[in-house]
Amino acid sequence: MSEETSKAAEIADKWRKKRGSLIMALHEIQGIKGYVAWEDAVMLSERMDVPLARIYEVLTFYNFFKLVAPGKAVISVCTGTACYLKGNDKVLEKFKSELKIKEGESTPDGMFHLQCVRCVGCCGLAPVCVVNGKTYGRMTPEQVPEILEEWKKAFKED
Amino acid sequence: MADMAEINKRFDIHEMANAKRAEIEKYVCNIYCCHSTGCKSSGSDDLIALIHSILNEKGLSERVRVVATGCMGLCAQGPLIRVEIKGKKDVLFKRVDLEITKAVMEDYVLKALDTQGEFTPPENLSEHILSLDLPFFKKQEKVVLKNAGHIDPEDIKEYMAHGGYLALEKALKTMTPAEVVEEIKKSGLRGRGGGGFSTGMKWELAAKVPTVDEKFIICNGDEGDPGAYMDRSILEGDPHAVIEGMMIAAYAIGATSGWFYVRAEYPLAVERLQKAIQACKKNRLLGNNIMGTDFCFNVDIRLGAGAFVCGEETALIHSIEGARGTPRPRPPYPTNKGLWGKPSCVNNVETLANVSKILLKGADWFASFGTETSKGTKVFALTGQVEHSGLIEVPMGTTISQIVNEIGGGVPQGKKLKAVQTGGPSGGVIPAQYMDMPVCYEELKKVGSIMGSGGMIVIDDSSDMVSLAKFYLDFTVDESCGKCAPCRIGGKQMLTLLDKINRGRGKQKDLDLLKQIAFAMQKASLCGLGQTAPNPVLSTLRFYENEYTQKLLDAPKEDK
Amino acid sequence: MVQLKINNINVEVKEGTSILDAARAAQVNIPTLCKHPDVDPSAGCGLCIVKVGGRIMRSCSTPATEGMEIITDDAELKQIRKTVLKLILSNHPNDCLNCTRSGSCELQDMTAQMGISENEIIKMVPPLPKDETTKCIVLDPAKCIVCGRCVNICQKVQNVWALSYLNRGFSTKITGANDTPLDRSPCIKCGQCAAHCPTGAITDYDNTQKVFDLLSNKEYTTVVQIAPAVRVALGEEFGFDFGENLTGKIYAALRRLGFSKVFDTNFGADLTIIEEASEFVKRFKANDHLPMFTSCCPAWVDYMEKYYPENIPNLSSCKSPHQMVGAVAKTYWAEKAGIDASKIKVVSVMPCTAKKWEIERDETMRSSGYKDVDEVITTRELAKMIKKAGIDFKHLKEEQADNPLGEYSGAATIFGVTGGVMTAALRTAYFYITGSELETLNFHAIEGLDAVKVAEIDINGISVRIAVVNGVGNVGPVMEQINTALAEKKDLPFHFVEVMACPGGCIAGGGQPRVMGATFDKPWGINDEIRKLRSKGLNCEDACAQNRLSHKNESIKKLYDTYLGKPGDEKAHHLLHTKYEKRDLYKA
Repeated sequence: MSEETSKAAEIADKWRKKRGSLIMALHEIQGIKGYVAWEDAVMLSERMDVPLARIYEVLTFYNFFKLVAPGKAVISVCTGTACYLKGNDKVLEKFKSELKIKEGESTPDGMFHLQCVRCVGCCGLAPVCVVNGKTYGRMTPEQVPEILEEWKKAFKED
Repeated sequence: MADMAEINKRFDIHEMANAKRAEIEKYVCNIYCCHSTGCKSSGSDDLIALIHSILNEKGLSERVRVVATGCMGLCAQGPLIRVEIKGKKDVLFKRVDLEITKAVMEDYVLKALDTQGEFTPPENLSEHILSLDLPFFKKQEKVVLKNAGHIDPEDIKEYMAHGGYLALEKALKTMTPAEVVEEIKKSGLRGRGGGGFSTGMKWELAAKVPTVDEKFIICNGDEGDPGAYMDRSILEGDPHAVIEGMMIAAYAIGATSGWFYVRAEYPLAVERLQKAIQACKKNRLLGNNIMGTDFCFNVDIRLGAGAFVCGEETALIHSIEGARGTPRPRPPYPTNKGLWGKPSCVNNVETLANVSKILLKGADWFASFGTETSKGTKVFALTGQVEHSGLIEVPMGTTISQIVNEIGGGVPQGKKLKAVQTGGPSGGVIPAQYMDMPVCYEELKKVGSIMGSGGMIVIDDSSDMVSLAKFYLDFTVDESCGKCAPCRIGGKQMLTLLDKINRGRGKQKDLDLLKQIAFAMQKASLCGLGQTAPNPVLSTLRFYENEYTQKLLDAPKEDK
Repeated sequence: MVQLKINNINVEVKEGTSILDAARAAQVNIPTLCKHPDVDPSAGCGLCIVKVGGRIMRSCSTPATEGMEIITDDAELKQIRKTVLKLILSNHPNDCLNCTRSGSCELQDMTAQMGISENEIIKMVPPLPKDETTKCIVLDPAKCIVCGRCVNICQKVQNVWALSYLNRGFSTKITGANDTPLDRSPCIKCGQCAAHCPTGAITDYDNTQKVFDLLSNKEYTTVVQIAPAVRVALGEEFGFDFGENLTGKIYAALRRLGFSKVFDTNFGADLTIIEEASEFVKRFKANDHLPMFTSCCPAWVDYMEKYYPENIPNLSSCKSPHQMVGAVAKTYWAEKAGIDASKIKVVSVMPCTAKKWEIERDETMRSSGYKDVDEVITTRELAKMIKKAGIDFKHLKEEQADNPLGEYSGAATIFGVTGGVMTAALRTAYFYITGSELETLNFHAIEGLDAVKVAEIDINGISVRIAVVNGVGNVGPVMEQINTALAEKKDLPFHFVEVMACPGGCIAGGGQPRVMGATFDKPWGINDEIRKLRSKGLNCEDACAQNRLSHKNESIKKLYDTYLGKPGDEKAHHLLHTKYEKRDLYKA
């Protein structure tokens, strides 16, 4: 068993006996690899005694869950109302043209994943983007290339 | 027995509050640093670390207290730091970074501490000072947000020092459950999640259902309205207030355990809530025989996973149960048949945050705020094209103009106010001519909007209403659960028609069809999401139909 | 009881009755596309809205309460319903002319009933591929209206969990987990989804053309057999009452379709009882792999292989009746008739979609060297063939089956009803153990539609504990009870267990007429009343039968005497028994 698989099994066992635990377990499993892989879902189904069909019903219902590996840097462009009114659509367009991908897609090199999210709760800072948990407030399209460079550099250093 | 008395004393909330108050009293200076999601993402963690290091270096840690607080309200100006020195006027610094924080410490705090009497902050900081006399601060009435921005939300004792858990004690030790329900009923508190159903009545219904083995109280923290963050700020800024409210509710209705359902997008709120629950358990405020009474209660947290529809109570219940968050028809209502088929009472975060205040200060005090039918205060996330966007709390019945123009400081860049949008994707627009309308459940409904959970978006005259309606509809179509046909297909069809019209390709018949589908969706959708999804379209149509017709291909040519 | 007013008509109904049902009691029909008596209302279609004191509510899920004043139809409700139905139609291919459900489709009926002839709402039908992988049922998600009946049936009633919702909002669709094709999913092919679908989204994997082709191929002698449950249900497709036994007419129709010989699966049922009762008596005496489970339901066998592989040795090794008929037809009868087995084609008419899969299970299903059964069509498909061939079924004269594979006892015909196989087996097992016949041939404790029926039968002072599981969704607790006893080496709760995958047994199988319609003259679909009427049809045949015991079937006796030898002997075993294997819930 790989380390990731045994971690996933631990999560399943931890939540197995608790009520209302499926979504919590899925959150934690997604936390390992950034997505929920088929084999993890199957393992969870067996260990938690939840039909696999139910697991995928849930996984595909909620926006939060990913079924394939996202890019290393997940760019979330907020499309909440405040950000919309302050022109985040232009920021999104800039990301799309710079990365040559659409929202919900990853760059072929697996570096970036672009997604839209509904309100990260920083409306005062609108328009807002979040990259791997780091928030960029008062965004302008001009900042987009800088941010991409910053993350490219960060990954190079790794 | 002596041990028992010792333990009881150790966990006495009065003792703990007094000790904390005495501890705070020792400090001559308090530096409050906003540590909510907004300011944290602007780097307030680093600022707090810097302040601590300066204080350590100067040996001032004994005299100056640094408090990482919840939201101070004026999010657009964050990160915010408020300095409170005994005998001096409070000063609020805005948009601080490391450099400015250093200047605040060296040029203001250190010097002011060495100065007797008033000390005016130096010139170099003036552009970072926000007057606390601003209408933004003066015109608000903080009930729910009383503690946010003033206490460390991660310190239960600080909550106690500010009167925390006294209401719970009052309820458990001096009131019967029925009296608690009665008090809440009398206060006129209505659900703050959007529906506006009387909280007291809901509790009464829940209390009536016998507790066979289990009964649940559920806190709905699935704040999904894009552009609103009241519940997040309350959970981040004053989590104990919500827990205390929930415990009182549990006592009133006879609940055996409680569940917090919080958006997964709010990690900080979840973390603070978790810490608060831990602290409660440690201090015997959760568990068996709370405060030495027969009351036993425990809570747990469950996360959402990105589905707006889970704000609907039956969908929320399905989600906790580990299923798709699809609503089901009511009746049966959750108060009869809810989580795992057991009676369950679902209350919103802000609703619960009001409860302890009502019990402590009385229903009459609470009812003294607001209008005939809408009592108390309401928290709004004031955003959009407004000078001071942020989190505000005003008495019900405050006019829109007071909120936007006075508290919000009006529309910036010389533009004119066109409308205000409330209720998010379920609400509607209120045109500028209604600015003197008092904000309350009934009035908002009259003009085709709703109170909603508290999003208030200011729209200036450069905004196009058809696009705005499309923005909201796009959201609800995306968030439709897909269970019922009117919403699943109707929303998609409406969006297609609206897009066609917005691109200048629509005809009058498309507009007619849009209205026809909107009507059917309102009437035949299963839950609130579908029933209200057409509201942004219908509401903008009601006041700005000309903006639609102007875009039509077969628009009647205007005489020039 | 509660009293209320529907369209100003006073009605009294039982407490808890939905407004929709209450309205029917007042002779008022409220349209709906998602409500079905077998499942909880999903409240999905939005058509059943009514006004309760002016407020619009769903009548399917709102209980009628005292003093309600309900309006079921007015200009506004009509307008809303019409728009909602148009929305549903805008998301449907509407290619009725090419749809197998044309003429028996609830959506089509409803559209006609509401008088919709054109739709100004633009059509939006995402291209979704069909899933024909099971070769038993066909899932065509483009035609799905997301009423949720099939998912409810598959998950909550059958506890199979093959079908599920995927995605949300406009992208919601019905499919296997993560879009797994059904043949790789836990699907047991019971077809209950198809039997409950209101549109053409889940249908039979249609073999009618293949059968017509066989019939027109003069190279082959094509023989046919009908399952017990077919005879009491086919009539519904031709305007007969529920449960009317039309065996003679069906034989006649089959001859007119061109079958060379008309046999009866009931012959196979008697044969099954001989083998299965012998097997049970042997295992019971030797305490060998008890409890023994019946194996005539292929969907149940599939379920066992997927969900309880550790209990596979407990399954009876007997093939199902129609496989036995096929095997005997291509050996015993082939010899007698002087026809080479390679030139015989066997067609089974079954109330079941899983039978289409069963004939391909493994090599034991080709015991003569050729497939025991070549094609399976469902009752619904037979009705279609009769209609297509222009046969006036209603007025056909009754005919007899061909012998020897047409003779049957009353015990055989009740195979189609839950509890029937157990009853038939006990009649013969009793005889095998005691040498005498039972005084009363019915066991009331295992009759009826309860989920699990148990009884203790005294055979010469020995107590035999039996259970009858009505619907595979009810098997879980029984298995748990058994496996706990096995694990703890305690007294077994049961010695002999019958399981039928479909609630009610084969009479309500996945291949039976749907009897559903949006209009007033039809019920909303199969319900327990209809199950009882169909059961009654078979039980009456048993009660009136001259011979009610499988072991007294003269043709069967002759078969053993002249060909098979003794039950369970090598030849019988080779032709009439099968084997099982563990199957993964999800195949890679």
